[in-house]
Amino acid sequence: MTPDPQSHPRLAPGCRLGENNQQRVLLMPERALRLNGPSLEIVQRCDGKHTVQQIITDLQQIYSKAEPKKVETDILGYLTLLHDQRALDFDA
Amino acid sequence: MISAPTNPLAIIAELTHRCPLHCVYCSNPVELQSRANELDTQTWSRVFREAAELGVLQADFTGGEPLARTDIVDLVRAARTAGLYINLITSGLPLDEARLDALLGAGLDHLQLSFQGAREEIAAEISGTKSHAQKLRVLQWLKSRRIAVTLNFVIHRSNIDQIEEMLALAEFSSATRVEFANVQYYGWAFANRERLLPTRAQLDRSIAILKSAQERLRGKIRVEYVVPDYYAKYPKPCMGGWGRKLMLITPTGDALPCHAAQIIPGLHFENVKHRGLREIWENSAAFQKFRGQAWMQEPCKTCDRREQDFGGCRCQALLLAGDASATDPVCSLAPTRGKVDAILAAVNKPSAAEPSLTTPAWLYRPNPA
Repeated sequence: MTPDPQSHPRLAPGCRLGENNQQRVLLMPERALRLNGPSLEIVQRCDGKHTVQQIITDLQQIYSKAEPKKVETDILGYLTLLHDQRALDFDA
Repeated sequence: MISAPTNPLAIIAELTHRCPLHCVYCSNPVELQSRANELDTQTWSRVFREAAELGVLQADFTGGEPLARTDIVDLVRAARTAGLYINLITSGLPLDEARLDALLGAGLDHLQLSFQGAREEIAAEISGTKSHAQKLRVLQWLKSRRIAVTLNFVIHRSNIDQIEEMLALAEFSSATRVEFANVQYYGWAFANRERLLPTRAQLDRSIAILKSAQERLRGKIRVEYVVPDYYAKYPKPCMGGWGRKLMLITPTGDALPCHAAQIIPGLHFENVKHRGLREIWENSAAFQKFRGQAWMQEPCKTCDRREQDFGGCRCQALLLAGDASATDPVCSLAPTRGKVDAILAAVNKPSAAEPSLTTPAWLYRPNPA
């Protein structure tokens, strides 16, 4: 499924940001995901307040040298991955 | 001296061997430790701080039944304060709503509820206890609280045909993850393996159901499964490799590279009461013993897969091949694979599907003092 641009992604219960040896990680049941640059920028905005569209706009500004369409595609792909991992819920 | 490749990612804290269940496949050692010998709250709290300093991300609170510890809420708080992510692996029996709320208040991140089946009868036979109705109550309490929930079904010949019902139970709950873990054959399960191993036909059917469930439930529930490695072509990378990712602390404080390591003769285990966690991880003889590749025999030594499965499971090599340094006998390349094939042949005889009157009775795990 592709996330609705107007929905508000929020970390699922039992999923939170952590840190280990100066490396930010997304902690979830029985696993952890390393977060670097863009993935950290995305996950920090999955707070139930930003819409998917706002996250895309923010990252297009931060990574202004990248092709905007590619930034959008990458973000939608990453949010879908997190959702399939059950690390993310989409609030209306 | 083989240097530790990295820091451990998780510690498995076996808080106690006490348990209201008596499961015939329990992963605890056959020699159970009594309450009097268990580590106290302060020692565990220090272990959690040392673990976080070592770079450990997660703690698995298990047992026995971790809720048998009267200080469980304090232990959760101590581990969370130290900076760890806390998984509680429980039967759900010694739980009520007030205790659940206290655990959540202390910072519990994830609760894994173990099931012995989808129905009371088989669950009671396997665990030697009536427990299923309480587990269903726990599922209801979890529905109204914000916490990650995993249902864990331990799979074997008597319940593998109920997987659809188990999936239905998961869908009815608030779980975002469900694990179907085939029994692994050590300790109590090794003693009972002839009644626990599924047949090839049962296994194939279950895998087809689970693969289709993974597709159907994508985005709702993560469906994970572990097949019995006797049926695999290559061994599992046991514990992610010896001394590479995980550290297990027994109720009395011994630090082990895996659940069953105490069965391997000649290994001496350091105790957290006397040594720091980092020193044990980096320098202890037991963690060094099968780290890296120097200990490997052929065919592992020159095998292309040696960085993938690390030679498989040392305890299984000991149990089946009589040598903890041998290639895991479940590997199709192992010279001792014939022993596994003989066990499978016995399980898959047409007459073996139903236990007969002459089948030996279950050997139940007792409760320690």
